[in-house]
Amino acid sequence: MTFVTANWNPLGEAFYRKVELYEMGWNLKDGLRDCLVAAAPYGGPIALLKEPQRRSPSARPQLEIYSSSGASMASFPWKSGPVKQLGWTVSDDLLCVQEDGTVLIYDLFGGFKRHFSMGNEVLQNHVMEAKVFHSPFGTGIAIVTGAFRFSLATNIDDLKLRRLPEIPGLQGAPSCWAVLTQDRQSKILLANGADLFILDNTSCTPVTPPGLSPLANSIVQMAVSFSYKYLALFTDSGHVWMGPANLKDKLSEVETKVRTPPKQMVWCRRPKSQQPSVVVMWDRHLLVAGECKDTIQYHLDDESFLVPELDGVRIICGTHHELLQEVPAACEEIFKIASMAPGALLLEAHKEYEKESQKADEYLREIKEQSLLGEAVRQCVEAAGYEHEPETQKTLLRAASFGKCFLSNFPPEQFVSMCRDLRVLNAVRDYTVGIPLTHSQYKQMTVQVLIDRLVYRKLYPLAIEMCRYLKTPEYQGVSRVLKHWACCKVQQKEEADEVVARAISVKLGEAAGISYSEIAARAYECGRTELAIKLLEFEPRSGEQVPLLLKMKRSQLALSKAIESGDTDLVYKVVTYLKNEMNRGDFFMTLRNQPVALSLYRQFCKYQEQDTLKDLFNQDDDHQELGNFYVRASYQEGKLEARLSHLQSAVDEYNKAKNEFAAKATEEEMRLLRFQRRVEEEKGERVLGSSLQDTMHCLISAGLHKQAEQLYKDFRVPDKRYWWLKLSALAEKEDWDELEKFAKSKKSPIGYLPFVEVCVKQHNKYEAKKYVSKVTPEQKVKAHLAVGELEGAAEAAIERRSEAEISLVLSRCSPTTDRALLDRLNRARSVTAKK
Amino acid sequence: MILLEDRKMAAHLSYGRVNLNILREAARKELREFLDKCAGSKAIVWDEYLTGPFGLIAQYSLLKEHEVEKMFTLKGGRLPAADVKNIIFFVRPRLELMDIIAENVISEDKLRSPRDFHILFVPRHSLLCKQRLEEQGVLGSFINIDEYILDLIPYDGDLLSMESESAFRECYLENDQTSLYHTAKGLMTLQALYGTIPQIFGKGECARHVANMMLRMKREFAGSQTQILPVFDTLLLLDRNVDLLTPLATQLTYEGLIDEVYGITNGYVKLPPENKKAKIISAAFEERHNAKTVGEIKQFVSQLPHMQAARSSLANHTSIAELIKDITTSEAFFDNLTVEQEFMTGVDTDKVNTYIEDCMAQKDPLIKILRLVCMQSVCNNGLKQKVLDYYKREILQTYGYEHILTLGNLEKTGLLKLQTSARNSYPTIRKTLKLWMEDANEQRAADAAPDAAGVAQHRGGAEDAPGPHFEERQQLPAGLHKKRQQGENNTTLVFFLGGVTYAEIAALRFLSQMEDGGTEYIIATTKLINGTSWVRSLMDRLETLPF
Repeated sequence: MTFVTANWNPLGEAFYRKVELYEMGWNLKDGLRDCLVAAAPYGGPIALLKEPQRRSPSARPQLEIYSSSGASMASFPWKSGPVKQLGWTVSDDLLCVQEDGTVLIYDLFGGFKRHFSMGNEVLQNHVMEAKVFHSPFGTGIAIVTGAFRFSLATNIDDLKLRRLPEIPGLQGAPSCWAVLTQDRQSKILLANGADLFILDNTSCTPVTPPGLSPLANSIVQMAVSFSYKYLALFTDSGHVWMGPANLKDKLSEVETKVRTPPKQMVWCRRPKSQQPSVVVMWDRHLLVAGECKDTIQYHLDDESFLVPELDGVRIICGTHHELLQEVPAACEEIFKIASMAPGALLLEAHKEYEKESQKADEYLREIKEQSLLGEAVRQCVEAAGYEHEPETQKTLLRAASFGKCFLSNFPPEQFVSMCRDLRVLNAVRDYTVGIPLTHSQYKQMTVQVLIDRLVYRKLYPLAIEMCRYLKTPEYQGVSRVLKHWACCKVQQKEEADEVVARAISVKLGEAAGISYSEIAARAYECGRTELAIKLLEFEPRSGEQVPLLLKMKRSQLALSKAIESGDTDLVYKVVTYLKNEMNRGDFFMTLRNQPVALSLYRQFCKYQEQDTLKDLFNQDDDHQELGNFYVRASYQEGKLEARLSHLQSAVDEYNKAKNEFAAKATEEEMRLLRFQRRVEEEKGERVLGSSLQDTMHCLISAGLHKQAEQLYKDFRVPDKRYWWLKLSALAEKEDWDELEKFAKSKKSPIGYLPFVEVCVKQHNKYEAKKYVSKVTPEQKVKAHLAVGELEGAAEAAIERRSEAEISLVLSRCSPTTDRALLDRLNRARSVTAKK
Repeated sequence: MILLEDRKMAAHLSYGRVNLNILREAARKELREFLDKCAGSKAIVWDEYLTGPFGLIAQYSLLKEHEVEKMFTLKGGRLPAADVKNIIFFVRPRLELMDIIAENVISEDKLRSPRDFHILFVPRHSLLCKQRLEEQGVLGSFINIDEYILDLIPYDGDLLSMESESAFRECYLENDQTSLYHTAKGLMTLQALYGTIPQIFGKGECARHVANMMLRMKREFAGSQTQILPVFDTLLLLDRNVDLLTPLATQLTYEGLIDEVYGITNGYVKLPPENKKAKIISAAFEERHNAKTVGEIKQFVSQLPHMQAARSSLANHTSIAELIKDITTSEAFFDNLTVEQEFMTGVDTDKVNTYIEDCMAQKDPLIKILRLVCMQSVCNNGLKQKVLDYYKREILQTYGYEHILTLGNLEKTGLLKLQTSARNSYPTIRKTLKLWMEDANEQRAADAAPDAAGVAQHRGGAEDAPGPHFEERQQLPAGLHKKRQQGENNTTLVFFLGGVTYAEIAALRFLSQMEDGGTEYIIATTKLINGTSWVRSLMDRLETLPF
């Protein structure tokens, strides 16, 4: 344990430590000398371009990509134009900014992805200097050209080039510059000698850092903190000025006594920093200047490169990779020599306990007496998170676990999640993976992003294991990783479609929420249409399948998939597409093989394209539907001839369909229409278009009995219906004589009760009574009741000895009814009831 | 208008075994979210058909809280003047409505301050509609085109309906299964709120199709499942054409009769105004004379709102019952019922029925005739050629030849058919499912709508009934298997594809209430129907051009 503080250096009240992350696995002959270097934050990859200015075709510069531990990921000769700057995007893509303003994008493994240009002005005047920066909007690029003008793009994935205004009085290159993000806007801060300017979209504003040493003639280097909140300036007088990036204030100014312009200068802060500092690097010399004006000096053995992180600075040289950071408070409390902090005591107690010494109890008592055991456990857990060495982590966690035993109701979450986090961190920090994340960085970047990073590195098994270990929901975890794996797999052109498809389906199996269509789309992009189709078979979401199939011109397949989904909107989508793509004959043929699509299209045509509908039926020889079609059409004709001609077509079609009934009925209809026209012409009765029944009714009402009779015979109207019809028509007309004549014409097929009832309905009881006597015995009671003859009804009921009928009559009796009649009825009922 | 239930707070939805208010709340939330998307004052232009179903989800007060200041009915021409920032069209995805909207947008006064247009499709987007708007050149005028997925609307504590008017016609006549897709989607929404339903039983082609789509959609949503303890144990999907008979018969339950006589739409019934007797049942009010102390009076006053609601509800139901009784005791009603019962018991179903003949001769409403003829056909497993042709001819001659299309539709859906085999399977089914009680007691609702209840009890397993019978299981996430309490009932969701009648609902409610039944039923359907509305949906009404 004594060694923990061996690499600590005091800076003001705080300590700084330099921890070795890796001994680099690469084998660089000349270290980083004459190299263009770019290292991504959050322990990202490192890109090197050796001797970028070398242009002879026989010896091209070599572009190399390494992990943070120096494991080679790609290496290839640079064949494009001279490169001015390298940089990494937030999604681990490498940006190579060429002198002519072209930006080439490569993936981690050196695969070329795409390129874009920074505009004509840059092309003409060349890039003098470029910077790649990160903001909430993504990865951006800022460029200063040979004409000393700035151009800027905030997000390379949504490229919008902005050419910034001219800087008044700028005759040569600015002495130094940086990109700031303020008020949701990216701006340039630049120095021209001792003058400082802020350059935004519209203006160039001179600014003055408050309290800058008057000795300075020129600002030669500047650094913006990781969070864009702080600014540091290095002057030719050797002063480091520190302040907030808005330049409203000054934090400190430190004299370094070195006047040479530094090679690199970066901020070194951490969240809840006690003693933030600026790290300045010269050839062999590193200086940490704190706000307290203390400094720490380190000698550098080798050409080095500084990478600012949110909680420290990484130092990369030809042989080593180190992390320089302020010692976090929890670690300081525990490990500071002679510390009496609760965490330190707990650690000591646990150490004694392991030695089986009773001192353990003494230490514990001391903490418990101050009721600080909870605090002690928390400190140990927190400190474990900040330690790089697994052994140290374990010691601290064991101490915490030991302390927990003496606490009741201590919430376990912090301890458990720290153990889990450390397991993940140790796994990715491993030499073979080479992502030296700190706990703070990990929390900031989130698990999701870390999984993405592993996926970019094609470390699929580790990513999956991590998802499972962290119990990430499948949808965001395992399934997503598998999808990326599959997308990568489809690009392996040496393997046969069949093999790739099978491999993918076996591995992905029933994994939840896999988007096969995305994988298929990737396969299609790689020109593997057949593979794409095979993969789409696995896609459960038809909504995703169909558009891609259409894109690949597999419209038939798209149609059957759409139908399978049951989503009619999707079917319509394909049908509309087919209709536009195919000739009519093929289109109809296709539909014919897909009944569901056909009926949907028919539905559409029924309301929108009547003629197409007819063509469809014709094609299918669907004579029944064609008949219906003509019937429908006939009703839309206001002219009799036109209607008849449609009906004739309907008859023909019904005949072809062997629907004898429909053909006959339609012929009948035509006959009726012709008859109606004749009647209208001859008698002036408006009957055209009425039903047969209504026509006869109308004729009888008009006294045209002969014509009505003719219809009755011609159309073989059943007697019963005709009698009912004539009876009601005459009664409505109150043609009582004609009614009587009709009643006597022959025996009524509907009996005579209807005569009684219809007359009553027309409020003519007198006429009604004429027919009561003709009614059959079964209906006598009803008939009498209908005309209001209680006595007659009673007679009939008693005569028929029907209990139900007697009761019916009784129910119609009122208090005013003759007493004797009532008695008779009651008596008769009791007699019949007995039987 | 009389409200059958007090819907103000939708409290009636929370009483049942399954709290359907959750569904209503989810629908309201989505509506609020859409309204808030269109910032500023708004006017809603309604597709009139939607106002009824929407009334069950949100009242005007909710719309008003979200700055809806005006409401119009969708019609052609220029939109009425309204000083609002947004105009929102609430429409079904129908092409003819798109034309009206386009007309509205085009004729908008360009000189006035511009108003933002939005469309909310209910229940789903439609590609064709968007194409139509594009053809009309107005698609670009809309800021938001959204869909409001309103599939299943809660009508009562145990009743959900999609109110899709033409669902039966589309599925069984036109082979357009859009409504089944919506059904499957609706069931997925329901499962998202109430948990995965572990067992699915079904009967019929459409049921099979819906179940297939559900299983498919489940795979689509895999991985994003919500961890909810399942509320429903079983889903029973039934094709309407498994039982074509019940809706044809006159409903004999209270709510069924109201529906038969006056028609219930969206929970409302319109009664003839001259008969509205305001009978006051005042017994409860008499209690106030007994209240002696201030405390007692205070307690009495606190009960007033509830009592007043109960009183007015009671008064309403008393007058409705009287109105209905006048009709049910009439001779015409009795004659009709007699014939229906003869058909159902298989008396003379193979001959032309004189009652139907008489009704036609007197030109009774066509729908009544169609109901009876279809009923006879179903009960006889089809009619002999001679009988069928006779009826058809009579109908054409009496009501007009244009009805040949309607008759064709009825034949296509099997409501009317030619007897092809000598064997009539209806009596067999009737016996196996005990659908007909010889000692029928009309007090018992289960007797009134026998088929549905019978099939539900047999979990769709009636082998003789038409259509395939199937069974599926849906895997539940680990830890969500229900541990049934002693004596706890099974909850079954019965979904009628193509419509359900109030009498069938009453039958299932009766089964729910049976103490030894052990199952509680929640009912869902594409549309609440009765014989009349059902047959009407199958009619082809031609707009005849006059000569």
